[in-house]
Amino acid sequence: MSRRALLVLPALAAGGAGLGFFAMLRGMGTGGYDPRGVPSALLGKAPPEFQLPPLEGAGLPGLALSDLRAPGRPVLVNFFASWCVPCVIEHPQLMRLSRDGVPVFGVGYKDQPADSRRFLERHGNPYARLGVDLPGRAAIDWGLYGVPETYLIDRGGIIRWRWAGPMTEDTLRAELVPLLRRHA
Amino acid sequence: MIRVLALLLALAGPAFGAVGDPALQLPDAAQEERARGIGRELRCLVCQNQSIEDSDADLARDLRRIVREQVSAGRSDAEVVGFVHRRYGDFVLLRPRFSAATALLWATPAVALLAGGLRRRAPRRRPAASAASVPGALTEAERARLARLEGGAGGDRAA
Repeated sequence: MSRRALLVLPALAAGGAGLGFFAMLRGMGTGGYDPRGVPSALLGKAPPEFQLPPLEGAGLPGLALSDLRAPGRPVLVNFFASWCVPCVIEHPQLMRLSRDGVPVFGVGYKDQPADSRRFLERHGNPYARLGVDLPGRAAIDWGLYGVPETYLIDRGGIIRWRWAGPMTEDTLRAELVPLLRRHA
Repeated sequence: MIRVLALLLALAGPAFGAVGDPALQLPDAAQEERARGIGRELRCLVCQNQSIEDSDADLARDLRRIVREQVSAGRSDAEVVGFVHRRYGDFVLLRPRFSAATALLWATPAVALLAGGLRRRAPRRRPAASAASVPGALTEAERARLARLEGGAGGDRAA
């Protein structure tokens, strides 16, 4: 190796690493990169087998895998809880999606039915179906590690996208709406 | 004195054993030991730098329960780890498996050692010797200047 290469290669490597770190820091600022984020193991697969009872008194059907098999159009499955503060931040986005005609299915994660009902009365109901997962077992089959989490299931019933944490207006604009369009 | 000791012991309590609540422990000591071994290999996805055996997060407790249910149902260690791995992906394994995606991760120490070894073996080349760089040798200009200085000084003294 020539002397010049010995000088240039480390400089190039350091420059590349610097650019990478800069991109990571920028992503952390804009929310595009989350160092604690865990990619879902279910992307590109069908959702797991599950069957959840409806929320009593909400007048909505429950949720099961059969509702997600080849739904014919993209649908969202949103895990939430009344005790989850980021879920309150996310709620207006779910309301908007539901108003725009996107089917949003909900799962109440470790949430007492009475608390879920109060949450929906207070903030509005975006859900077309709502399952109650009090023990949180179905959530583990989905690979959930916190609430809120949102999954996009395409028209063929395959999970295409998972968002861990609250969806903001930016999330909708930058990620979800283009995906909905692509999978419509 | 005894009171101080009791207080110290109470304070040190959390240092003994795992966080796991006794209600979760399996009655069979061998099975419980196996479950703990499996749990120590699985990352808690909430705290991320702890195993599910060490973490007090809700999700970690649920996973500890699942591990124990499956161990007492007679599943093998690999089956139990596989159950969690299928749901949470490579990230949940505190010791990642060797795959195309993790090859670079595993190979990095070897690559670094190899690169270091090559660097040491490479003979250090001295800069090519030239008239200018040999210690003590003078350039044409220096020689001329020296001659002028010597000549001039000699002349003065002679005068």
